[in-house]
Amino acid sequence: MAYALQQLINGVALGMIYGLIAVGYTMVYGIIGMINFAHGDIFMVGAFISLISFVLIAMGGWAAGPGAILLVLLVSMAVTALYGWSVERVAYRPLRGSFRLAPLISAIGMSIVLQNYVQVAQGARVKPIESLVTGSLELWHGNGFAVSISTMQAMIIVVTLLVLAVFTWLVTRTPLGRAMRACEQDRKMAGLLGIDTDRTISVTFVIGAALASVAGTMYLLRYGVIDFYIGFLAGVKAFTAAVLGGIGSLPGAVLGGLLIGLIETFWSAYFSVQYKDVATFAILVITLIFMPTGLLGRAEVEKV
Amino acid sequence: MTIQRRTLVGATIAAPAILAAGRASAQAGTVRVAVAGPLTGSNASFGNQMREGATQAVTDLNAAGGVLGQQIALETGDDACDPRQAVSVANQLAGRQVKVVAGHFCSGSSIPASKVYTEEGVLQISPASTNPRFTDEGAWNTFRTCGRDDQQGTVAGKYIAEHFRGRKVALIHDNSAYGKGLADETKKAMNAAGVTEAIYAAYTPGERDYNAIVSRMKAADVGVIYLGGYHTEAGLIIRQAKEQGMNVTLIGGDALVTNEFWQISGAAGEGTMMTFSSDPRKRPQAAEVVARFKARNVDPEGYVLYTYAALQIWAAAAVKAATVDPRKVADAMRASGPWQTVLGPVSFDRKGDVTVPDYVFYVWKNGNYAEMS
Repeated sequence: MAYALQQLINGVALGMIYGLIAVGYTMVYGIIGMINFAHGDIFMVGAFISLISFVLIAMGGWAAGPGAILLVLLVSMAVTALYGWSVERVAYRPLRGSFRLAPLISAIGMSIVLQNYVQVAQGARVKPIESLVTGSLELWHGNGFAVSISTMQAMIIVVTLLVLAVFTWLVTRTPLGRAMRACEQDRKMAGLLGIDTDRTISVTFVIGAALASVAGTMYLLRYGVIDFYIGFLAGVKAFTAAVLGGIGSLPGAVLGGLLIGLIETFWSAYFSVQYKDVATFAILVITLIFMPTGLLGRAEVEKV
Repeated sequence: MTIQRRTLVGATIAAPAILAAGRASAQAGTVRVAVAGPLTGSNASFGNQMREGATQAVTDLNAAGGVLGQQIALETGDDACDPRQAVSVANQLAGRQVKVVAGHFCSGSSIPASKVYTEEGVLQISPASTNPRFTDEGAWNTFRTCGRDDQQGTVAGKYIAEHFRGRKVALIHDNSAYGKGLADETKKAMNAAGVTEAIYAAYTPGERDYNAIVSRMKAADVGVIYLGGYHTEAGLIIRQAKEQGMNVTLIGGDALVTNEFWQISGAAGEGTMMTFSSDPRKRPQAAEVVARFKARNVDPEGYVLYTYAALQIWAAAAVKAATVDPRKVADAMRASGPWQTVLGPVSFDRKGDVTVPDYVFYVWKNGNYAEMS
């Protein structure tokens, strides 16, 4: 029981990071109907910008306390958002209205560009950072097994929930969110009603990138090691999460992220660790056979 | 448009070829040797160690007049510890007619690359690949200046059985040729000494979150983790284990002998132990070469001197055989010896393994590792 609870905590903390990245996939899909394959690499860029900011702060001689982490989070969100905006501007907007596969291919190209850019600029070797958030809290002691949640795991869960709450408010309660939802439903009509659709799409990319950068910062703080290639695996997992939850659905992305995190963790906990990815993807396939639109996705109505 | 693009592609392909040709003619009358290992990727620090060792060896050999009157030119190959890339690097190096390759690093790369070298007639001396299969397949061209996993695992297995009696042991590995080989050999030796492991499991390398397997070990009340794998995952696993409040000692193989392990593990790495040969930097034969490395601001840690020795032995054997023909040099390497190297005298057995490997334990303390007394 205690063991299962510990694994639950591990799984939720991991799933939250996947969920944060998955939101970016699902948002872009919802609004322009394409998979932004560069999103995983935006996450990686976010992690690198956090790393650079931490190093700069350390060089500036400021103590690495909660204030520093907040500052890094904000800087990383701002800079990564700029990346998100530029990616859309450079690689997707010129291709809007072109055939369906064009932006997809350009997304894959963008992903390769970002990876190689970071590899060249930052080097191919893994970049470690010291643990900044240490300590853990013992929650419960049962049968000689102490269930603990590390400060970092708690922080990931709290920050993710906070960011998602702000984001949900943004989408459901603000004029900007209304514009985004309108573009999602019918871009042409939204344009006719005076919504600047190009700007709305840009904002979607900016928000997605900012969320990915939060995930990047958390990832960096949690695991302490990043390299230019982390975006690939995290991106694939988050994309899976978005599909599992129902691509286009925001709560679905978070749910999918949590599920993937939990499946991976519990499979490793009770079965063979090396087959956990097989298990994850098998469950994805089975879900899609019975629920082709994912768990919370809506069936797309083909307009004639 | 199409034509333009085709010319462009043509030019891109042709340009390096022309460059390569230019270089080839400029270096006529030289012998080519190569160092191959992971210069990028998560094991890049080891590749760098190998390159430093090879560069210095070639400089020193050339300063002493080269080999059989010919100067030596060094080529480098980057396999990123990827078996497929290792094969293509091996083909490239063979195409450049290198006589000997000091490499590769990962056993998983060395073994497939050795097939190419065997066919193409290139001598291969690995300074780091410890998987028994590398030399067990009996090819004429495979040698190593390091020990073997069965030797390393025996030392580790015996030690665990003797010193950690009463504590539960977990054996985990990354499913690589090196990691699994090491874990299996350790298991064999440990079981023979009457200790059975509580957990034997594989983990997926390249990930960052190992909390699930850590919790599993915690639930099994594990006190000792023997890890067959590389330093990145080892650092993450011990860090996450300490975070979960485990009181555990990590024991690993020679792949933890890099300062990057500590950068990843941080203070959690304190007390981590690993098997490695007794520090070659401290041997009297190495003093002069170590001073030369230090003058260049390079710390000859880890595999630097093993790579240096590989090329040193090759040069000496070539002189003995009076030719750089790889087959004859290989015969000389086996038949003659012991070779005087920075590692001390080295002889090879019929398979190409060093005859007297010495594995001792090292321990991490305060960000440095030292031989355990």
